[in-house]
Amino acid sequence: MPSPTTPGGSSAGAPSTGSKLVSGRSRRGEHIIQWLLAAAALVSVATTLAIVVSLLAETILFLQKVPITDFLFGTEWAPTFADPSFGVLPLVAGTLLTTFLAILVAVPLGLGAAIYLSEYATPKVRKTLKPILELLAGIPTVVFGYFALTFVTPLILQDLLGLEVQGFNALSAGLIMGFMVMPTIASLAEDAMSSVPAALREGAYGLGANRMQVSTRVVFPAALSGIVAGVVLGISRAVGETMIVLVAAGSIPNLTANPLDPVATMTAFIASIAKGDAAVGSVAYETLFAVGMLLFVSTLIMNMISIRFVRKFRQAY
Amino acid sequence: MTTSTQPVPAAKPVLRSEGEPLAPRVFRLVLQAAIALSILVLLTLLIDVLMDGGSKLSMDFLTSPASSTPAKAGIEPAILGTLWLIAVAAVVIVPLGVASAIYLEEYADPDRWYNRVIEVNIQNLAAVPSIVYGILGLAFLVRGPIELGATIMAGGLTLGLLVLPVVIIAAREAIRSVPQAIRQGALALGATKWQTTQRQVLPAAIPGIATGVILALSRAIGETAPLIVVGAAVFVTSNPSGLDSKFTALPIQIFEWISRPQEEFQLLAAAAIIVLLVILVFMNSIAIFLRNRYQQKW
Repeated sequence: MPSPTTPGGSSAGAPSTGSKLVSGRSRRGEHIIQWLLAAAALVSVATTLAIVVSLLAETILFLQKVPITDFLFGTEWAPTFADPSFGVLPLVAGTLLTTFLAILVAVPLGLGAAIYLSEYATPKVRKTLKPILELLAGIPTVVFGYFALTFVTPLILQDLLGLEVQGFNALSAGLIMGFMVMPTIASLAEDAMSSVPAALREGAYGLGANRMQVSTRVVFPAALSGIVAGVVLGISRAVGETMIVLVAAGSIPNLTANPLDPVATMTAFIASIAKGDAAVGSVAYETLFAVGMLLFVSTLIMNMISIRFVRKFRQAY
Repeated sequence: MTTSTQPVPAAKPVLRSEGEPLAPRVFRLVLQAAIALSILVLLTLLIDVLMDGGSKLSMDFLTSPASSTPAKAGIEPAILGTLWLIAVAAVVIVPLGVASAIYLEEYADPDRWYNRVIEVNIQNLAAVPSIVYGILGLAFLVRGPIELGATIMAGGLTLGLLVLPVVIIAAREAIRSVPQAIRQGALALGATKWQTTQRQVLPAAIPGIATGVILALSRAIGETAPLIVVGAAVFVTSNPSGLDSKFTALPIQIFEWISRPQEEFQLLAAAAIIVLLVILVFMNSIAIFLRNRYQQKW
């Protein structure tokens, strides 16, 4: 009797005054907590702003010295030479070339893996295969670079295929980058395909379609926006990847579409100029930010497209 | 009946006959080949690294500083540098990441424009190239307004910002998977919103959050490009002594050795890669263990 009455009595006697007191006192604390939490969430917005500010400040200084048309459309990149030139096209070409090669590998492999995991694999097989793909995604990119430089180029390209390539070339970097990007595409695409409602599949099976037809003509189109999101994000990853190209593709700016040539990408240039310790205030130092700006803007556009498409398939199902 | 089916079969038999025998079987083989090829590359990579670097691994290698003589070179400062960097990153991302996730999941009204901005912004940050974070670190932390110099503090903060979105996204998922009934129960008993969050939701979400933090840190460990830009030193012979000391890190040391033409250094790089991968596997197993052991199925 006494123990039930104490809590019961206090809560029964308190309500009118107690609830006012409690809510009045705690509400202020609750508000402070909410503001603190919101402040933490704003740190990520501040990070984005800081990225933009840090890139923009030096880019403006750079563009005061170098006309923007020379930068964007010039075909020679030699910022540290005595007679410097600042045409970024060779770096853009290098980036496009390695990205293209990577996508050539990553899209068929990633989509194949995604269809298999989503439509064919038993839950048990899926449970073993997915961690393996995650492992592939978790390999540090400098390790992929090592593999491309010391294994793929000399043993596969030169010895096995007999290609006339130099130690540094876009091909090995691009191919290996494809395996780095592949899990990204596979995971987003598999996500999209798994969320296609079972009723669509059952409808198709009911009409006599086989598994291949269901996968390619029903599930694949239904999941298309998620698949596009994955591919676009994969391209963005490849464009932003630094270490594989820095290690295996060389860092010689080269306006070429030949995968057997050495190339420098935008990212590789940024890393090598930063490593070289260019003096603050020099144009060479500012190029780091100008190229960084170009890289940031192009990946930002792709990321926004990808996010848009992800939202589309999330809404659909 | 027979007359009405006559015109249709033109399409149907094609479907049927294509159905069973060849095409689907080839299709399935192609899909399996896609996965098999990826696994093959992964295995080849691991075996290649083991064969190259295995012979160089020794206690001396782990406990010696960098040296220009390959036989004497080791990775002690690099390992310690990596541990320092990860510690700094962890101190940054755990409170910030969890607080952001709580705000977005428990407090934010998703229809408000500013909350949508925060959300899209985090998704975006997760896909910004890592080298751009290096530029941010260089401009803001190393040189600009904060001017920490190329120190462990600057490197660790850069890595922390880099993986913060990963932590937020993982923590949000963990918080979201706590059933609504638990919140309603606590609120019905008179708990305030924060009491509910702090004493019911958060404890239930901790295994998921911890898994996310560990996976984020294991991504940070392998990052090389931002540290190059921030200005990690490539030739360090003394161990880091504090937040303000110059540093190197395992991936930086690996990159430095790969860049040298002599074969001996390439083998050292492979040995250091083995150490890096062992650390990563160790961290991932902790994450998987946590996930399997503590995560509740509601």
